[in-house]
Amino acid sequence: MSQVSAQPHAHPRRRQPRIQVGDRLLTHLFIWPTLILLIVMNVFPLFYSLYLSFTEYSGIGDTPPDWVGIENYEEILSNTGHPDKRDGNRYWHNFAVTGRYAVMSVGLQLVVGFSLAMLLKEKFRGNGLVTTLILIPMMLAPAVVGIFWKLIFDPSKGIFSYMMYTSNPRDHAWLADPELALWAIVIVDVWMWSPFVMLLCLAGLRAIPDYLYEAAAIDRASAWFQFRRITLPRVAPLLLIALLFRTIEAFKTFDLVAELTFGNPGGDTTEVIALRLYREAFPPQFNTGESSAAAYIILILVIALSNLYIRALGRLRED
Amino acid sequence: MATIELINVEKKFGELHAVQPVNLTIPDGEFVVLVGPSGCGKTTTLRMISGLETVTDGTILLDGRDVTWAHPSERDIAFVFQFFALYSHMRVYQNIAFPLQAQGESRTTIRQRVAEVSDLLQISHLLGKRPGSLSGGDQQRVALARALVRRPAAFLMDEPLGALDAEFRETMRAEIKRLHIDQSATTVYVTHDQIEAMAMGDRIVVMLDALVQQVGTPFEIYHDPANLFVAHFIGSPGMNLITGRFANGTIHLPGDNRYTVPESWVPALQAALGSEGDVVLGFRPEATRVTDTGQLNSTVYAADLHGGFIMLHLNLNETDIVHARGSREIQYPIGTPVRFDLDPEMVRFFDPASELAIRKAVD
Repeated sequence: MSQVSAQPHAHPRRRQPRIQVGDRLLTHLFIWPTLILLIVMNVFPLFYSLYLSFTEYSGIGDTPPDWVGIENYEEILSNTGHPDKRDGNRYWHNFAVTGRYAVMSVGLQLVVGFSLAMLLKEKFRGNGLVTTLILIPMMLAPAVVGIFWKLIFDPSKGIFSYMMYTSNPRDHAWLADPELALWAIVIVDVWMWSPFVMLLCLAGLRAIPDYLYEAAAIDRASAWFQFRRITLPRVAPLLLIALLFRTIEAFKTFDLVAELTFGNPGGDTTEVIALRLYREAFPPQFNTGESSAAAYIILILVIALSNLYIRALGRLRED
Repeated sequence: MATIELINVEKKFGELHAVQPVNLTIPDGEFVVLVGPSGCGKTTTLRMISGLETVTDGTILLDGRDVTWAHPSERDIAFVFQFFALYSHMRVYQNIAFPLQAQGESRTTIRQRVAEVSDLLQISHLLGKRPGSLSGGDQQRVALARALVRRPAAFLMDEPLGALDAEFRETMRAEIKRLHIDQSATTVYVTHDQIEAMAMGDRIVVMLDALVQQVGTPFEIYHDPANLFVAHFIGSPGMNLITGRFANGTIHLPGDNRYTVPESWVPALQAALGSEGDVVLGFRPEATRVTDTGQLNSTVYAADLHGGFIMLHLNLNETDIVHARGSREIQYPIGTPVRFDLDPEMVRFFDPASELAIRKAVD
């Protein structure tokens, strides 16, 4: 005999039946808005741009996309392209600038960030406050950072030239100097993102138990030996994660460059690949097909890089 | 190898005395155990010897050399930590090789010494593994190997068996003792376990509340405790301590018992207490002899069979319980009256006011 529960009847005053929402329906109600948004905003553009990268097409043209196979990729990677451009399409130049920028900027960030973390490792009065202050640049919007660093670099008004040079600062406009402009952007990026590296390293450093250093002192290890054999290996996984994040970001860098130099001086001395992409894809070029192909090349590069790092990280973890 | 001397060494954390001035000389090759309940200052003392903790005052001599302010690395001592403190990101081989590499020894020397010491501790098959994948016992063997490989002047061990299972602890205790005998290296060993202290130490230093209570051989500590704390702390169970009143050569004990003080003790008690006064009678469970003609009277509260013998818990009255050894052949039903005698060689007396042992005059 199944038990019959003595459930009371519904309250007589509540006449309207409630709308019954089953678990399944509820699940769908929650999932689909997100899924639709994702499909419309991410999945569709991803595949549509993949398709466009194999076509000759302009976003503002009235001709439909014309299938040209891998021609766009060929042109970009072989550095040829439109015959009217004398020295090819200069995509390799953009990749080279991006690569140089990534190495300089990420390298410096790791050094500065790690050094800051070493300084802040030991707890002292006001430790929290100092850490928070150092983190501020990271929390600012890149566009804002770009605008006021432009002022800082300004040869006549800016404090940078004033501090760096005793002679007439007007001669030292870093952002207008083909040799120094990229370094100027690197300086800003390092200023902004070293705190991020510091934060990761700090987490790693603080997680190293004191007794390891005690054991090392007993084992008669010098400070340098301790750093090399305990500190560095222990922080390595976090350094690698910082390296991964910052390299990916460096390859995507657009906002700082757009704000500070927009690829200038000399037209393209600081034109990183993302900026080139922007120039191809939007006015006045509207070279949609070719820029899609360039975008895919960047995507593949970044994915390849990430995989390298993740593999290295895996090997570190095993060890 | 080395002698270790502590001269008025003390440690304060702010106003708090972690270690009251301690004087201790440890001759070359001796195995000294610092024992006491947690927070008694034994680990702080050990860390001061190692240099991991600075001293507030006093002098530490290592082989006659003043090392009071020397960095741990300048003291030529090895330290074995309670939780092993192995370099978990390195393999066992690198862990053991670390002290040698830090000194820039040649690769051949390192390989040879690591092989030697891992043979000695029977961990050769573990050299390629990571410390994290080893059992507690093996991790401690690796820690011992790392300490041994450098051939230091002295070994300091901070509860090295504390993190091990009971089963491993017995094995490792024997191994460490064997190691000490083979190496005959000066060793200072910290533990809260008095059984470990008794089993391992050539000499024992009993500490309580930052103060050294007694220094002596296990035999002295066990049979001639300096005060009530040591008497109670050492032994399982500790010494029976019954307060009574001494007068005219007898002690009036709870439960209308009278104990006739052995002839040889009377002058000492009279000297300490006068003709009449409160006294604590102390005796080990094995000093009791249950016999029908015994002069002390009690009833059985409980009886535990320990295999080889029976531990009796005997009520003198409602509150005073005495631990006594009974024969394993006899049944002791709860509530039965039991009479017992005390071995006159094994009774001790304490002054309840000062808590210190009353000593016989040296003859």
